[in-house]
Amino acid sequence: MVDARGYSCPTPVVMVQREVKKNSPAELEVLVDNQCSVENVTRYGSSCGYQVSVTPEGHDFHMTLKK
Amino acid sequence: MKKVNWVVVIAGAAVGLAAVVLTALGNPANMGFCIACFLRDIAGAVGMHSAAKVQYVRPEIIGLVLGAFIMSVATKEFRAKAGSSPATRFVLGGFVVIGALAFLGCPLRMVIRLGGGDANALVGLLGFIIGIVIGVQFLKRGFSLKRAYEVRKAEGGVLPIVMTGLLILLLAVPTLLKFSEEGPGSKHAPLLAALVIALIVGALAQKARLCMVGGIRDAVLFQDFKLLYGFVAIFLVVLVGNLVTGSFHFGFTMQPVAHSNHLWNLLGMVLVGWGSVLLGGCPLRQLILAGEGNGDSAVTVFGMISGAALAHNFGLAGNPDSLNEAKELVVGGISNAGKVAVLLGFVVFAVISVMNLPKEETAAVAAKTH
Repeated sequence: MVDARGYSCPTPVVMVQREVKKNSPAELEVLVDNQCSVENVTRYGSSCGYQVSVTPEGHDFHMTLKK
Repeated sequence: MKKVNWVVVIAGAAVGLAAVVLTALGNPANMGFCIACFLRDIAGAVGMHSAAKVQYVRPEIIGLVLGAFIMSVATKEFRAKAGSSPATRFVLGGFVVIGALAFLGCPLRMVIRLGGGDANALVGLLGFIIGIVIGVQFLKRGFSLKRAYEVRKAEGGVLPIVMTGLLILLLAVPTLLKFSEEGPGSKHAPLLAALVIALIVGALAQKARLCMVGGIRDAVLFQDFKLLYGFVAIFLVVLVGNLVTGSFHFGFTMQPVAHSNHLWNLLGMVLVGWGSVLLGGCPLRQLILAGEGNGDSAVTVFGMISGAALAHNFGLAGNPDSLNEAKELVVGGISNAGKVAVLLGFVVFAVISVMNLPKEETAAVAAKTH
């Protein structure tokens, strides 16, 4: 799980990138709290071959990246 | 071939077109937009510095912030957040503007200058890229100014409210403010036109997340070229606009509001690139983020205004090329105080970059330096 709530771009994508490079997870949960981060993490996840789904949770967004 | 993001391209093209139109309507040459210069003009207009040639309340700044505010409220993206190292951001904002004023332009004006044929902007671009690459090395190692938190809506509305107040002052009691009678500050598009154009640009820039540093940063960091399309669109539209209006003049010397001292053009923009990466966005992006409720970006903007005021109070800003009485070229540049300020900026950025790494990375840097 990467909790990137409260961080503005590009930090959420950097946090996801560090996790992907370190552990190459088949599935990764990511929490962000702004639309810009949703777009950026989605683009990065897709470019790494993940299927990305997004579920709004109040003011936050729960993202799931799956290979 | 990567998919082109047309929202960014359209926003970039609109910024480029707006820059050409604003220049045609009276803004200084190659200065349709310049966030650093316009914040400096505002600082002068409210008496924070006394450089008589650069004092004017630029409606473009007011419009950009309010345009982003309106768009973010309309699309329910307005979120009041703050608390991510605000004092550090204030200092970063100040030095970013000191670097920009050494070069005589923010990253947006650098692109606009490129489109006008100012070859010094190529030197600036090289420095900007070097600065971004330095900043990215720290991002990769986990640099962070820590998270922000939800705050009351009023906190997120501070910069839009301040800008509205400034607009009211400008319209109702302009005698309170200082206005240049000559120099760049005296050259400006009509107030209403500048305001309306900037409102549209601010709204589009918010929607497209337009950012001059973001394009190169994301390309280096993630091989993501989305924001770079906006950068290229601005350049191409300004280039075509200048070619059509006969305002394209290629060369290094005697470019409008520019100097051809290559070393300090380069170093000024290295400082801007590095600082903007640490801040998470260029000066334009800071205005837009502050418009959509980010209190940390509002503090950054106040830091940039303070940096601009200091730059002119202490004679740190660049002086344009000029001709002497014998019509010989006098290459401009920055004063010794300006050089010290830029170098001090590098020291400050290095300290901020290292101090905000994760603990294990900070320890590794300390071990290497001992």
